[in-house]
Amino acid sequence: MTIAHHTDAPTETTAQAPASRTLAGALGAALADAMSEDAGVVVFGEDVGPLGGVFRVTDGLAARFGDERVWDSPLAEAGIVGTAIGMAMNGLRPVVELQFDAFSYPAFEQITSHLAKMRNRTRGRVTLPVVIRIPYAGGIGGVEHHSDSSEAYWTHTPGLTVVTPSNPVDGYWMLRQAIASDDPVIFLEPKSRYWMKEPVPLDRPPAALDRARVIRTGTDVTLLAYGPTVKTALDAAELAALEDLSIEVIDLRSLSPFDDETVGASVRKTSRAAVIHEAAQFGGYGAEVAARVTERNFFHLAAPILRITGFDVPYPSPKLEEFYLPTAERVLAALDTWEW
Amino acid sequence: MPTDRPIRLIDEHGIRADEHRTGGFAMPDAGILLALYRRMVIARRFDVQVSALTRQGRLATYPSALGQEACEIGATAALADADWLFPTYRDSIALLTRGVRPVEILSFFRGDWHSAFDPAAHRIAPQTTPLATQALHAVGYAMAAKLKGEATATLTFLGDGATSEGDAHEAFNFAAVWQTPTVFVIQNNGYAISVPFEKQSRAGTLADKAIGYGMPGHYVDGNDIAAVYAVVTDALERARRGRGPTMIEGLTYRMEAHTNSDDPTRYRTDDEVERWRVLDPIARVEGYLIAEGALDERTRAEIADEAEQLAAETRQAMNDSPRLDPLELFEHVYATPRSSLAEQRAYLAEELSGATLGSNDTGGLS
Repeated sequence: MTIAHHTDAPTETTAQAPASRTLAGALGAALADAMSEDAGVVVFGEDVGPLGGVFRVTDGLAARFGDERVWDSPLAEAGIVGTAIGMAMNGLRPVVELQFDAFSYPAFEQITSHLAKMRNRTRGRVTLPVVIRIPYAGGIGGVEHHSDSSEAYWTHTPGLTVVTPSNPVDGYWMLRQAIASDDPVIFLEPKSRYWMKEPVPLDRPPAALDRARVIRTGTDVTLLAYGPTVKTALDAAELAALEDLSIEVIDLRSLSPFDDETVGASVRKTSRAAVIHEAAQFGGYGAEVAARVTERNFFHLAAPILRITGFDVPYPSPKLEEFYLPTAERVLAALDTWEW
Repeated sequence: MPTDRPIRLIDEHGIRADEHRTGGFAMPDAGILLALYRRMVIARRFDVQVSALTRQGRLATYPSALGQEACEIGATAALADADWLFPTYRDSIALLTRGVRPVEILSFFRGDWHSAFDPAAHRIAPQTTPLATQALHAVGYAMAAKLKGEATATLTFLGDGATSEGDAHEAFNFAAVWQTPTVFVIQNNGYAISVPFEKQSRAGTLADKAIGYGMPGHYVDGNDIAAVYAVVTDALERARRGRGPTMIEGLTYRMEAHTNSDDPTRYRTDDEVERWRVLDPIARVEGYLIAEGALDERTRAEIADEAEQLAAETRQAMNDSPRLDPLELFEHVYATPRSSLAEQRAYLAEELSGATLGSNDTGGLS
């Protein structure tokens, strides 16, 4: 039983016009290309084999690469992460899927006490290049435990890199970069954006994995968003433009590390900022963003940094989630609370 | 099916056990048993020495394995050089048996760094403190070995208390489903800190659990190193041949407290401890070897000398004050350098240089 070295052609050549892909499709293409390039990349988790994952991200991988590279594991998240750690210790680069955000909690100890700390515990002698893919956040009418935004648990853990793409181009490239990284990466995939489609050029990545991107320029306000709320921020910017309010939108992309440089440059220009996320507000990632950006840019700020977030309640049932999720209208209403 | 009574090859009097107790396992050669006996004596001297150093305050804590030498050394010695060991905090003498120097083992318990030895050099994972978590790492390592076509097996130690953890269940199940080359050695030493076995499990034996996972299970006299060595050797060979995992329960006893901060008089009787003292694993194999003519006074004296030398090395190592670099705090967190950590490192460096800082604001206004 050995891992054959696959020599499949990459998903597409650079001479062609870039194919349009959904976020889910782009993620699958990234997995396929990474597996073609490196025989050590293996994919396992719940339903990732013949079914292709409940969101079809791994569709076709088992057929193409065989069940020694892509396989269904027993249904146990600590087991998935714990065994991925052992595989990485033995030279593989596992990419595992934890089916839904709240289903990652059984793996909390393996992630926080082992995956995140192994390098530190061993004085740098053990490197764990493991990627944990987690479909996260709401907006798809999921029943309970299927819509959590759990990013703050991971960003609060030294040793982890935490990233989240908001679109197919970043989906492809950030996953390639995450798999290539020697650090363990929590890769948060916004479920509500899985079906967003756009051309995905495969010639070079749009940015390094640890950088935020300014995706709309503006002069009056900086909106900081990530994953599912990037669309919310862009929608808010469109609406605001009708009222001659010029909004700059930054897609944070990397939650840990945080791109102080890109965010600081924008905030010093606009002197106002707000951060948007689906997760509850108290103790959430937005609190860190607001504190950090304020500490570093206080004398450039004209107003306190706002947080437009979910309420401090458990994620609601499908018929109530529209009242919970931050909307473009809620963003604009929040900006109105500032003295201008 | 595991046997009803523990498999044993040498009984508590040092006499070859009845055939019906052996589970079909053959007695190891006297030469092997002598080598194992040597390692047990040295390991116990180390354990006693480290416990003494801990009472003197040289170490922050030390979980002793005194009384469990047959399990620790019998299982570890069965490993081939290419095999990997996934130990817990109680398995320091297993590390010693695999050639890790005392200072590299004890830096952890002295509080220098969480794990001081080179895992790849010794093929030993860092000792884990959270229970049963390392069992999954052992299964994962073995799975990778299987996928890569390596004839490598992994062995992990668990305690009786650890079998109550979910990670133990997941490790047993993943290993069985994936047929990984993994051997689980459960040292049932009677107590999880203060909680007796009866409060951990209603299973007749822990080895019985193997049936439910679909793997072989063996219930072994954990104070008989001949039995432990024979059973683990067989399980490892089976694993390397691609026949999958095995669960082994060694019935033994933790003679010392859980750690130096524990008070066992609060939860167990002296009578109970004394009943186990006469079942001592070292005395048992020693009696057997003497009766077989394989151990004489001169060899015993040589082994005792070797043990004393190791104790002296251990004392010397723990008398040295290590020079720790506080800036190393930042060195091993990420493979990819982070500017935010560089800032915090610079802050600490400045503090260490004696500069006065007004706050712990690591960023400053930019």
